[in-house]
Amino acid sequence: MTHTAAQATDSNTRVKINGRGVPVRGQDIDTDRIIPARYLRTVTFDGLGDHAFEDDRQSADPPHPFDDPRFSGARVLIANRNFGCGSSREHAPQALMRWGIAVFVAESFAEIFFGNCVAMGLPCLTASAEGVSELMAAVEEDPSRELAVDIAAQTITVDGRSIEATMPSGPREQLIKGEWDALGQLLAARDEIAARAGKLPYVRGFR
Amino acid sequence: MSQTLFEKVWNDHAVRELPSGQTQLFVGLHLVHEVTSPQAFQMLRDRGLDVMYPERTFATVDHIIPTDQLQRPLRDDLAEEMIVAIERNTGDFGISYFDMNADYQGIVHVIGPELGLTQPGMTIACGDSHTSTHGAFGNIAFGIGTSQVRDVLATQCLAMSKPRVRRIDVRGALAQGVYAKDLTLFIIRRLGVKGGVGYAYEYGGEVLDRMNMEERMSVCNMSIEGGARCGYVNPDQTTFDYLRGRPKVPSGPEFDRAMDWWKSKASGADAEYDDVVDIDGSGIAPTVTWGINPGQSAAVDEHIPAPADFPESERSGVEEALEYMDLTSGRPIAGIPIDVAFVGSCTNSRISDLREAARVIGGRKVKDGVKALVVPGSRAVRTQAEEEGLHELFLEAGFEWRQAGCSMCLAMNPDKLVGREVCASSSNRNFKGRQGSPTGRTLLMSPAMVAAAAVAGEVTDVRPLLN
Repeated sequence: MTHTAAQATDSNTRVKINGRGVPVRGQDIDTDRIIPARYLRTVTFDGLGDHAFEDDRQSADPPHPFDDPRFSGARVLIANRNFGCGSSREHAPQALMRWGIAVFVAESFAEIFFGNCVAMGLPCLTASAEGVSELMAAVEEDPSRELAVDIAAQTITVDGRSIEATMPSGPREQLIKGEWDALGQLLAARDEIAARAGKLPYVRGFR
Repeated sequence: MSQTLFEKVWNDHAVRELPSGQTQLFVGLHLVHEVTSPQAFQMLRDRGLDVMYPERTFATVDHIIPTDQLQRPLRDDLAEEMIVAIERNTGDFGISYFDMNADYQGIVHVIGPELGLTQPGMTIACGDSHTSTHGAFGNIAFGIGTSQVRDVLATQCLAMSKPRVRRIDVRGALAQGVYAKDLTLFIIRRLGVKGGVGYAYEYGGEVLDRMNMEERMSVCNMSIEGGARCGYVNPDQTTFDYLRGRPKVPSGPEFDRAMDWWKSKASGADAEYDDVVDIDGSGIAPTVTWGINPGQSAAVDEHIPAPADFPESERSGVEEALEYMDLTSGRPIAGIPIDVAFVGSCTNSRISDLREAARVIGGRKVKDGVKALVVPGSRAVRTQAEEEGLHELFLEAGFEWRQAGCSMCLAMNPDKLVGREVCASSSNRNFKGRQGSPTGRTLLMSPAMVAAAAVAGEVTDVRPLLN
């Protein structure tokens, strides 16, 4: 097998994303709820979108927003605090992306979930509790409302009203420039990797 | 001013700063399992890439293992397909693979330390959030997603933002019947399930100093449950004694050199932390979760709280938890009836966990109607327990004695709750549906408390049983 330089950048960039919203209310929504473990018995990510929030959807009364036809086709998932906590399974953001989600806005995110999303080119913006509440109310009142998510300006605009929604500068720049796939950059430092490894006594077996 | 272990190890492994401001960090040990790796290997194939350091990469199969019988092909076709995939991937890319029949078969976070792969001063990554377990040896160990598994396979590096470091200092001594698990549940309750976001946790103080390596692993294991991506304990003589003689640990003069280097990585006495939390370990009681996240817990002699006991922002979560768990505010924690008792998982399936559970059981029997199982974390733990006769004690009491695997912690194998069953569990997550039934209920507690609950048929204080 030969080494070839990986694609350093994606031709796509993530500057502005427009779309309808879907509110998923609740604190600490974990990755087991986003994609129950039984659907991790697979060697691909194909088909995971059908099972996003499967158990929550089965037990929901009234219907879970993912089953509410008014929200079908939504691209902006609006959540509360510590969204995506728990397991490191990338299957969680993969399932949501395959359902149709292109961007997340929440009061806060769990760290591994956030990192997984960025690695997949899915922006995760953080808004205040009031901001999230306002967005949820707006899309619940009229699910056809279009949200304009501006990752560069760090705003979400709905009905002419802008809500602040931020992202740390590093990952934000990666998304804006289309450089969220770190692999190309990591590979480019091949010599420096070998040099660093060579300085670690355990790599040399402490000899 | 001296540095923390975290800073030293981070700097040792920093390859360069990336344009994003993140650090390109060399990964000293990459552990791989069947769930989060097949897509990563496929991404490598799609891009025509090789594994850069196959000799620093070790794979096993644990999540999908049926613990009642280890026989190929597995009865579950999907699980069998996953085993075939990891066999092919590790074979094609030249990676060491501990298969279902290997002497060191077991949960990845149990066998890494057993083999001596896990060592102080390293960076360790694995596509599993409980990778923080390995931090017990004094290293930086964190869970990663599949795209990052791909990055580590291809480059032995990760793009990482440096977290802050919080020292959690645990004074005093844990009382009889109070274990590492109770401490970690106490910490999560106190700091919250997102209290650790953005932090690495350094656990220390008298209580950690006195703990054996297995107890330290239980504490570090659940760092992620408190939001911290990694947690560690500074290496000391206990660490070195554990490592000496393990298959992947150097011996002779190399061991002495290793020990000197490991010692040099411990945080300095005057190291400065971004935050310090002080905990009185003597005040901790056996702890049990009553809700749907690991921060929703109480001492066994407390009562189920009411939403009004919490800040406004948490009340809806408490209401949701009480409704799901079907528990009423004000009722005692002790006496909650259970249907299943599970001793196992990467948190609490090591030999000391099994010994404590066995000690509680003594000659007692599992309550009629309770399904009870003990699932050792590895084949080595199982063998050791059998040499000590623990399995006979468990079997005579009415427990099932299983093969090693992740089992009922996460329900990717046949071990699952059914319907609304309530499980006293030594695992790490009490999320809705976590143990395989969408309506199943989990009460997290120490293995000793699980054994006590199995005998009583309900949550009960383990302390009187130990006298």
